Amino acid sequence: METTLFYTLAAIALLAAVNVLAQRRVFYSALSLIVCLTALSGVYLLLDSPFIAAVQVIVYAGAIMVLFLFVIMLLDPFSAEALRDKRKYLGYVAAIAGTLVFVMLVPLLDAYSLSRVPRTPESIAGDVSSVHKLAQVLFNDYLLPFELTSVLILIGIIGAVVLAKRQT
Amino acid sequence: MGPHHYLILSALLFALGAVGVILKKNIISIFLCIELMLNAANLSFIAFSRYLNQVDGQIVVFFVMVVAAAEAAVGLAITVTVFRNRKSLNVDDADLMKW
Repeated sequence: METTLFYTLAAIALLAAVNVLAQRRVFYSALSLIVCLTALSGVYLLLDSPFIAAVQVIVYAGAIMVLFLFVIMLLDPFSAEALRDKRKYLGYVAAIAGTLVFVMLVPLLDAYSLSRVPRTPESIAGDVSSVHKLAQVLFNDYLLPFELTSVLILIGIIGAVVLAKRQT
Repeated sequence: MGPHHYLILSALLFALGAVGVILKKNIISIFLCIELMLNAANLSFIAFSRYLNQVDGQIVVFFVMVVAAAEAAVGLAITVTVFRNRKSLNVDDADLMKW
């Protein structure tokens, strides 16, 4: 089961990565990279890292790639046209895809909740896969780097605003 | 399933990203390939974290993601500025520092 899942996810990630290179339009490259990142988040789940898998989808495939798509649509006139052309059947595609995701998620979540034995904080304290353990290490051994990243992000925000501000 | 499966996948993704950085002409495409390479490195970290049974690898990945977010924000701001000044996204047009 694990092997099958790994090979499927690895194939998706590799094909998407090749597609990032093969596409001539940046917009399609970015969409392809989102597929690759989401497949990698599945691989992280296989490696017992649920927190990193969640952050991968939320921060990487979500926040960072949306930022990329914003800039691409701002600078590349093609991407706006591509969206306008496909708007007619895009609604049907989205509806079918949403239904499929729901149909797939229900048995998955059902099976997960049944197989899951509630664990006590003591039993997960030594487990690599637990967020509990991750937080303990992060906020004890790596507290200073963690605080420094907040300064880094602040510098990033100010730098981005100063750079992108329209010169008058 | 040994760690080598994950490391080979990571190496392949990193190589694809490196090829893209060399091959692509568009600034944003190069940027996307750099993100791909960062993710390939992250996959190695997670694989080693899992097989050495240490949580530190996941923490490094966490920091890589934070730095990648800051880097994307600043990099895209630079891209917007370059486009505004040169009216082009081709890296060959931004050759002011070329000797």
